[in-house]
Amino acid sequence: MSAILKINRKPYKVTLPVFEGPLDLLLYLIQKQELDIYDIPIAQITGQYLEYLGMMELLDLEIAGEFLVMTATLMEIKSKMLLPPEETPEGETDPRGELVNRLLEYQKFKEGALKLEQMESYRRDFISRSPTTLASFEGEVAPEEEWWDLSLYELMKGMRNVLDSMSSKTSQAVREVMEELVTVEGRIQWILEMLVHKPAVYLSQILKEARGKMEIVATVLAGLELSKASQVRLKQDELFGEVEIVRTNR
Amino acid sequence: MSEPTGSGVPLKPLVEALLFVSGSPVTVEQLVKTLEGVSGHQVREAVAQLSVEYEASERGIKILEVAQGYQMVTRRELAPWIKRFLQQAPMRLSRQCLETLAIIAYRQPVTRLEIEQVRGVSADGAIQTLLEKGMIRITGRKEALGRPFLYGTTPVFLERFGLVSLQDLPKLEEFVKKEEPVKTDETVSVTQTN
Repeated sequence: MSAILKINRKPYKVTLPVFEGPLDLLLYLIQKQELDIYDIPIAQITGQYLEYLGMMELLDLEIAGEFLVMTATLMEIKSKMLLPPEETPEGETDPRGELVNRLLEYQKFKEGALKLEQMESYRRDFISRSPTTLASFEGEVAPEEEWWDLSLYELMKGMRNVLDSMSSKTSQAVREVMEELVTVEGRIQWILEMLVHKPAVYLSQILKEARGKMEIVATVLAGLELSKASQVRLKQDELFGEVEIVRTNR
Repeated sequence: MSEPTGSGVPLKPLVEALLFVSGSPVTVEQLVKTLEGVSGHQVREAVAQLSVEYEASERGIKILEVAQGYQMVTRRELAPWIKRFLQQAPMRLSRQCLETLAIIAYRQPVTRLEIEQVRGVSADGAIQTLLEKGMIRITGRKEALGRPFLYGTTPVFLERFGLVSLQDLPKLEEFVKKEEPVKTDETVSVTQTN
């Protein structure tokens, strides 16, 4: 953030720094003017906040909904602050309290992010090689298999790829419509039958044979069920690579 | 000097060779499993000796202790020349991603909503990017309304930020000097300026 926001001079000569959200903007306004975060002059800050939003509007920048929500919050606090103390309802706390806590919380993680950035840049100066493979000595020794813990996320990604290729397939052909009953149990049986003949099948391969989204979904669920029951293992040679369904020997 | 069972090859050069071909961090368990007949203690000893030798003899490489293991890397002060040689601009994380990552790192396991409450803005894009870069993963679901996903960091995160474990993260409290809780029970002090 090298840009500077100049508020007090007219006409405006501004370069807008990019703020990560309303909390970021508020923190900036507070720190810039060295205000006490525990005793924020709400009216002053609200004015500057609105001024900034006004500038964004002037520059045709889209103002995210979060900024508007904060405007409402600031207005509410401001109006509460105007109540004379004796008219404050019993047990009422400083109306700024919650906002201050959120700002402090956000500030902590903002500093945390900066610290992470420094750590990353320090670590980046220790450079390592990428792992050697024996691919160029093919046939001599098989490289050790790499196993990944597959998350649901990766499985869904695989499924999405197939769904995408499905939709392009179906759009080309004229089809007769008929109802088909697809069950997860049926697909489990089908996968197991397939694994009788071979030790492993690729997920993409068996999904290609599936007709319709229902069948794809049922097949993926069947794969998950089998994996949960430890009847198969789900395997992937590289991140976001092909998912393989491997028979376990039992 | 210890050696793997019946090999007649001393341990130190073996460990050195394995760290060299791996490139990425190698755990003590991996080394023990590969070498057979040596203990974790012996492996650690061999790595320590190598490390001392590298430091003592002005080498271009060193051994770094990283996410649960060891990694062979170049010396830090040589980085400018290496970068010039490789002609690669390093991939940097955006501020949005860094802030999201910081919240996940310190608060894990954490839901998207909890992250968004801290930052005050949507975290969708950042979470997606971090998942794709393999720095965070879904660790489960929170038993709350909608059973939202919980996110946590991965070993890739540790390696990238040069951490041996999550305990090495700098303490959050150190970042903010004034850490008194806000007094919310005092009477309203009106500080209007207009």
